[in-house]
Formats: sequence, C-alpha cells, structure tokens
Amino acid sequence: MSLHKKYTLARFREQVIEGLLVFCALLSIATTVGIILVLFTESIFSLNGEKAFFQEVSPIQFFFGTKWAPQFAEKFFGVLPLFCGTVLVAGMAALTGLPAGILAAIYLSEYATPRVRKIVKPFLEVLAGIPSVVYGYFALEFITPYLIRPFFHDLLGLDVDGFNALSAGIVVGIMVIPMVSSLSEDALRAVPRSLREAGYALGSTKYDVCVRVVVPAATSGIIASFLLAISRAVGETMAVVIAAGQSPVITLNPLKSIQTMTAFMVNISLGDTPAGSIEYKSLYAVGLTLFCMTLFMNILSQWWMRRFREVYQ
Amino acid sequence: MTSPAEQIASSPVALPDQERMRKPGKRENHFFRWLCLSTTWLSVVVLLVLLVSVTRSAWGWLDLQFLTSFDSRLPRRAGILAGLLGTMWVILLTMLFSVPIGVGAAIYLEEYASNNWLANLIRLNLANLAGVPSIVYGILGLTVFVRMFGLFGPRGTIQRYTGIEINGLFWLDSLQGYLIPLPFGRVVLSGALTLSLLILPVIIIASQEALRAIPPSLRHASLALGATRWQTIRHQILPAATPGIMTGVILAISRAIGETAPLVIVGAMAFVNFAPGNVDSLAEIQRHPQGLLKAPFDTFTVVPIQIFFWVQKFKSEYKSVAAAGIVVLLIILLLLNGLAILIRNRYSKHLRW
Repeated sequence: MSLHKKYTLARFREQVIEGLLVFCALLSIATTVGIILVLFTESIFSLNGEKAFFQEVSPIQFFFGTKWAPQFAEKFFGVLPLFCGTVLVAGMAALTGLPAGILAAIYLSEYATPRVRKIVKPFLEVLAGIPSVVYGYFALEFITPYLIRPFFHDLLGLDVDGFNALSAGIVVGIMVIPMVSSLSEDALRAVPRSLREAGYALGSTKYDVCVRVVVPAATSGIIASFLLAISRAVGETMAVVIAAGQSPVITLNPLKSIQTMTAFMVNISLGDTPAGSIEYKSLYAVGLTLFCMTLFMNILSQWWMRRFREVYQ
Repeated sequence: MTSPAEQIASSPVALPDQERMRKPGKRENHFFRWLCLSTTWLSVVVLLVLLVSVTRSAWGWLDLQFLTSFDSRLPRRAGILAGLLGTMWVILLTMLFSVPIGVGAAIYLEEYASNNWLANLIRLNLANLAGVPSIVYGILGLTVFVRMFGLFGPRGTIQRYTGIEINGLFWLDSLQGYLIPLPFGRVVLSGALTLSLLILPVIIIASQEALRAIPPSLRHASLALGATRWQTIRHQILPAATPGIMTGVILAISRAIGETAPLVIVGAMAFVNFAPGNVDSLAEIQRHPQGLLKAPFDTFTVVPIQIFFWVQKFKSEYKSVAAAGIVVLLIILLLLNGLAILIRNRYSKHLRW
C-alpha cells in the first residue's frame, strides 16, 4: 500500500460536508454584509439610479436639524428630536435598570445561598424572556396610571402625558435587569476568593469587601455589561412604541410624550409609504444612525472588556 | 492600572482607628445587605405584579371563543386564531432554516476550524450580530426578502434595463398563479427568513457551548477506531450534544415567538381574518391540499403583532382583548421554557463523563 492518500468517494464526501459547514458559517458574515449594504442603499447610494436619502437631504440638515416632520406637506428631516427621545428613554432605563441589575448581581454572587439562587435565577430568566410588547402593555396600562400618575400628578402636581418617556424607560430598565445581573454576576464570580479573604483578614465588613474589593476588581466586566444594556435600551422598540408615544419633540422632561428612532421606524412602516418616496428612504437613514450607535457601544463594550480585564491566576 | 491588592492596601478599611469605624460600618453593612436583597426580590415582585395585572384584565375574555375565532371589529368577537396559525407557520419555517444552518455553523467553528483567521472573524462577527437591534433585521428583511432590492416585477430594475418582466417562478394552474412569487412580498416566508437571520447567532452560540461540553476523549476514541471526522460528528458528538442544542434552540424559538418589531417592518398585517393559505383545519387540508403550498406565500399576522394592534385601539374593551392575547403568548413561552428546563435537567442527570 502506498503512503499517498487515495482520493476515494469517502474522502470526497468528507470534503463536501466540510464545504457545506463552511457555507453555513459564512452565512453569518453574509448577514453582517447584508445589513451594512442594505442600510447604505437608499440612504447613501441607491441601486436603481434614483437619488438616495443623503443626496436629497444634506447630512448637516439631518444630524443637526431640530425639527422632524417627514409626513407633513412641508417636510423636515432633523434627526435631533428622535435622537433626544432615544437618549431620554435609554437614560431613564439606565437609571432604573443598571443600579437594580448590579445590586441583584452582588446579592446573587456574594450574599445569596445556593438555594435562594436556585429560586431567583429562573425568575430573572423568565423576566428576560417576556416579549417587549408585553412590557409596553404593562407600561401603558399599569406603570403610567398606577405609579407615575399618582406620584407625579396627584402628589407633585406635574403634568403627565398618557404616553410618556418615563414609563417606557422604566420597563426598558426592567428588561435589562436580567442581562446586567447575569453578566455582572459572572464578572463578580470570576474574582478569586483569596481577594475576599484578604479583605476579611484585614477586619473588613462584608459591605467593605463587596464595595471596595470585589466590585472594583470586577469593574471591567460590570462596565461592559452596562454598555451592552444601554445599547439594548437604545435599540428597544415595541415597549417604546406602545408606551412613549409618537411626538418627535426635543425635551428632557420624561413625563412628556416623545418619539424614539425605533418608534419612528415602526410608525413609518405601518403607514402606506410607497417605496422610493423620501419618507421611505428616511427609514434607512434613521436605521443607519441607530445601527451605528449600537455598534459603537457594542464594540466599546468588547474593547473595554479586553483592555481592562484583570487576569487572576 | 493598580492591581486590586494594592487598592486594598491603600483603602481606608485598613486604617487602625477601628473604634471610630466599627459602628457606622455595621450599619452600612446591614443597610447594604438589605438593599441588595430587596432589589433582587423587587424584580421578582415586578414579574409577579405584571403577571397578575395582565391576568386580571384578561379575566373573562380568555375563552374557547377567543382561541378559535379570527379578529373582529367587535371586541367580544375578536379572537387570536389568525395570530396563532401565523405564528405556527412562521416558527415552523424559521426552524427549518435556522436550525440546520446554525448547528452546521457551530460544528464548523468547534470541530473543524481551530484558530484560523476565518473562524476568528466569524466569532467576532457573531458577538456583534447578537447586539444588532432587532428592528434593523426588519429593514434587512424588508429590502432583501420583501422587495428584493426592487429587482423584479413591473417597473423593477430588471424590467427597466432588459425589458423582461419577472413576476415569479413555476406557474401552477391549480393555484392560478406562481408557486414562488418574486419579489416575495409581505408574506410568511419573508417573515420567517428575517427571523431566521435574527436567531441564527443565538442558535450558533448555544450549539457551540453544547459541542464544547462534549469531552475530547469521545472524539479521540471514535477517531482511534477509524471513524472519519464526519462519522465521529454524526454518530458520536451530535447525539451527545443534542440535549444541549435542543435547549438552545427552544430558547431561541421562544425569543422568535415574542419578536415583534422586525415583523412589523417586514409587514405583517394589522387586520387578518384568514389563516395563511386558508388552512385553518385538518379537514381543510384534505379538501384543498394545495393550500399548504400557498401558505408560505400568503399574508399573515402573528400573536404579538395582534396584541400590538389591540393595545393601540381606542376602544377600552380592546385592552382586555390585548391582555387575553398576552396571557396566551405568555403561556406558550412558559411552556417552551419549561420544556427547555426539563430537557436540561433530564439529560444532565443521565450523562456523566
């Protein structure tokens, strides 16, 4: 028998199968290429010879304009109101979700007994699995009338819109709690026992060990989880569409009705907007802006994780 | 960066003045423990409040009539059948596309590619794809599947440049139309393909983890007996990894069921009172079997989109209809989650490496 490998049917079969598997793996790259290509068509260049969005509306007008009215007779395409709405909701979500998430992570990793963890973790998983439409309904039908209105309107005498950024921000915050707590918990658990024991040996209380030893040692993972959570809040759609309203205004008052970028995209898709019209193309321009924002935060999160990770032996 | 050990050394905790520190320290300690504990349990309470408040407003609205009738202009007659059947079709097709491709990609990444540039690029790419907002996938689906870049049909790019008008593939007389219309349009298939792309990263990552949990000894034993790579994967690794992969797939599917935004962009309809392909009963399949061929190319709605449109209606009775829909959706999701947990527990007990 020679040492040369014979090219048999079996070998051919192996190669075909490997080729098929490579093809499957490449499909995920094709998805990314597809997303970028699709967002660029209609907004930066156009495939069918018509004008793209940024050839009709100047980027300066788009990024710095303060009025958003694509469906009126006199059209304005300034994305700042949508951007402001998005930041407002994401900010409210960050204010509620991030502290709650990190405290839950500290509890699960430092305080909870294995039995309590076994009870709480599935609840958090269910919380993460609830669709965002349901959260939207919860914000509109429960949080606004039973929490926000009694507190801000009846107690403090402020005007509260039926659709408001705060209710949407709170539910988006609730949505990101499981994500923040599980990612941060992983980071906290990766801190070696020896650091904690060194802290106790110096006479620290459990609080001191948590806040001054374990959390600082896990900062990179915690910040990375925060960035991912904010990116998720920026891209969150249905809860915001249902609870935050459809009025593109620049305001920092969370009790007002606003419109986020995602809410606009849903809104324009619901109407009968013909393909090729400028409103239709604005869907792609807003989508591109949203994609860039979330991509930036995701990459920042990964970079942060890698750059500032403490490695323990 | 200072190392944590240095931070401890320089932290005020180590100060010798213990008498001054002890009492407030203890109070802080208790307060902090209480704060962590109550925050964690608060999120559990929020979940319970959500479930209870939704169930309460759905009370009296969720009955057999709701499950078995189509949408209606009258709240009392509205039902969720169109959404249930639409969700069923969309999810079936989504699984058909995403499971083989996702598992295949995971097998390539774990079993074939070691650390070459392609595998690294794909891994980096997967991490970023998982963070893309779902609504962006909706735009992808709208452009690629629903409109197909405006290439086909009258006044499409192909017609404009070559004069040939393409409206579909495979004309069938029994359907009085093309089997595959081009572009697909706002149909079940477009929605399913969009959702497939959306959950593909989830399935790949879950399957990778399941494959990684299989010990190398199993592979070595199989290869040592003369099995080829694919035989090893097909007959040893895949069967051993199936419970893990199934758990991941079920969780991905339950995410796809609740996903609304991309399907709104792709164009699931607001008011649908028919089943895809008019297949609404087993008897109907026997009478018109070609409905099964037509269904993937029919317009559709899904459960969460029906809920979305009911929430948006002004009539307050529709809020209860929406709540009833939410209860149905949550029951489906809880059943799926329970199934995933069952599979995980059952097989993790049996298999010990």
